Amino acid sequence: MSLWFTLTPLEREALSLSLLVSGWAVVGSLPFGILAAWVLARRDFPGKSLFDGLIHLPLVLPPVVVGYALLVLFGRKGIIGGWLYDWFGITLAFTWKGAAIASAVVAFPLMVRAIRMALEGVDRGLEQAARTLGCGPIRTFFSVTMPLAMPGVLAGVILAFARSLSEFGATITFVSNIPGETRTLPIALYALTQVPGTDDAALRLCIISVVVAFAALLASEILARRMRARMEG
Amino acid sequence: MLEIDVARRQGDFSLDVAFTAGSGVTALFGRSGSGKTSLINMVAGLSRPDRGRIVVDGKVLFDSQSGLDLPPEARRLGYVFQEHRLFPHLSVRDNLWFGTKRLPVAERRVSLDHVVSVLGIGHLLDRRPTGLSGGEKQRVAIGRALLASPRILLMDEPLASLDAARKSELLPFIAGLSRQFDIPIVYVSHSMEEVLRLADTLALIDAGRLVAIGPVEDLLSSPAYAPLTGHGEAGSVLAATLSADEAEFSISTLSFPGGTLKVGRIASPPGSPVRVRIHAHDVAIALFPPVGLSVRNQLPAIVRSVTPIDSYLTDVMLDCGGCPLWSRITTEAQSELSLKPGMAVTALIKSLTIARGDVADRSDILPG
Repeated sequence: MSLWFTLTPLEREALSLSLLVSGWAVVGSLPFGILAAWVLARRDFPGKSLFDGLIHLPLVLPPVVVGYALLVLFGRKGIIGGWLYDWFGITLAFTWKGAAIASAVVAFPLMVRAIRMALEGVDRGLEQAARTLGCGPIRTFFSVTMPLAMPGVLAGVILAFARSLSEFGATITFVSNIPGETRTLPIALYALTQVPGTDDAALRLCIISVVVAFAALLASEILARRMRARMEG
Repeated sequence: MLEIDVARRQGDFSLDVAFTAGSGVTALFGRSGSGKTSLINMVAGLSRPDRGRIVVDGKVLFDSQSGLDLPPEARRLGYVFQEHRLFPHLSVRDNLWFGTKRLPVAERRVSLDHVVSVLGIGHLLDRRPTGLSGGEKQRVAIGRALLASPRILLMDEPLASLDAARKSELLPFIAGLSRQFDIPIVYVSHSMEEVLRLADTLALIDAGRLVAIGPVEDLLSSPAYAPLTGHGEAGSVLAATLSADEAEFSISTLSFPGGTLKVGRIASPPGSPVRVRIHAHDVAIALFPPVGLSVRNQLPAIVRSVTPIDSYLTDVMLDCGGCPLWSRITTEAQSELSLKPGMAVTALIKSLTIARGDVADRSDILPG
C-alpha cells in the first residue's frame, strides 16, 4: 500500500496544491529567470546595480511586505490586477494562480543567482568557437551556453521549487487561506497549529513537507551527477 | 586569398598591419604580445579593428569606411584555437558536425569521411572530448573547423599547449592540410621549427607592425630580420632535395642548386623536398679548396658582400649556385683574408652543426 492512500483528504489537497503552485511558480518564472541572469552575467549598462538590487529585493524584504505589495499591484482594484480583470477577466488575488505568483516572486532571486553563476562559469571561448562555426548569437546561446550552464540552471530550479514549497508569508498576505484554492502545505500547517489538539495532524504535515523537500534535493543531485557524467564520459 | 589592412589601438598597444596572404601556409611569426593573435581575431570577426578593411576571396568582411562588419558566423572562416575549445557536452562526432549541419548541403565542400581519414580520428567519434589526449583534441578541433567548409583556415599556435611528443605527433597532420583540402592557411606561431616545416610564406610581426612578408627562404636568409627570427642568430635557409642515404654512416645527402650537403641521417625517402637552416656562425670560408679536412661540406661560392658588424664580427654573404649563404667570421679573419665581392671561395660547413631541428621534411606539404 503506497503512502498516497494513507493521506487524509486535507493532506492530499494541501500537498497537490503545493506541488501545483510551486511547479507553476518555477515553470512560469524560469524564462524570466534565465533572461535576468543572462543580463546580469553578460551585459553592462547604466543602472545595472539598481536592476540587480531590485531582483534581490524579495530575498531581504519580509515576505509579508512582498505579499502586501502584490495585493496592492495585483488585487482586483490594483494597478495591474484591475487592468487584468477588466480586459481578460483574470483574478489573481485569493486564487492559486496568485499563490504561484507570490511563490515565484519570493523564489526569483534564488533562481537568478544560481543561473547567473552558471552562465558566468561558461567559457566564452566556446561561444566564440561556435560563432566561427556559423552559429548566430541566439543559436549559440541555445546550443552551447545553455547546455553548459544546465547543471546550474537545474540547481536554480530546484532551489526555487524548494523555496516555493515553503512559501508562507507572501502567500497568506496576498491570497489568504482558502481550502482547495490557496491552502498549501505551510498554510495548512499554520492553520492546524492555531487549533488545539491537532498535534498529530501537524506532525504528519511536517513529515510530508520534509519528504517532499528532500525528494526534490535528491532528484536534483541525481540529475546533476548524470549531467556531469555525460560531459566527462 | 586574404587581404587585410587594419589598425587598432588598445591602451598603449597599437596594431597597424597590412598584407595579402595567398594559397599555401602563411605563417604570422613574432614574439608573444606582438599582435599576431589580435590580427587573426580581427579576421575571424572576434574583435573589431578601429579602421581598415578585410577581404577574403573578393568578399568584403570588414570595411570601416562603409561601416560593414560581418559577424563571425557570416564570415565562413575556420578557426583552430590555441586551446582546442571543443564542446564538452557533445560527442566527437557532434563536435565535428557542429559547423556542417548549419550549412546548406550545396555549400558543404568537405566530407566527414575525408576529414576523419586524414586526421585519423575515426576511432574517437563516439567519445567525449574530455577523455581525449591533447593531440587528439586538437585534431578533432582542426576537423571541426575544416568541416564548416571555410574559405580560409586560421590557426592560432595550435601546438603551443602541447608537450614535445604531442607536437611531433600533430605536426604531420597539419603539414598536409593546405594541399589536401585545397585551403589557404594563416598560421600564427612563435616557433621557428614550425615555420620551417609548415610555412610557404612568412609574415614577420613585431610590436604591432608588419616587418616583412615573403617566401620563408628569402626572409630567413636575410640578416636584417635575424633579430626577429632566430634569437639574434643570422643564418640562411635553403630549399633542397634529399638525394641519397648512406645508411652505413648514418648520413643523408641533400642536393640544392649550389651543390650537395651532407647532414645527419633523415628518415625520409629519397626525393623528399626539405628545408635546411644553416647558421651563419657555422659557415667557415677558405680562399682555396682545402684538402685533408674532416669538414664534410665544401661548397664553391662567390663572395657577394662583406659587412663588418663591429670590431669582433663580420658578416659575409656568399652566393652558392644562386642561393644566398651567410657566413659570420671574425673581423680579424676578414683582415687577413681580405674578402671582396666577386672573389671565388670555398664555404665549409660541418655536418654536425646542422642539427635535427634545422632540417625540415616538407614532402607532405610539397609534392616531391
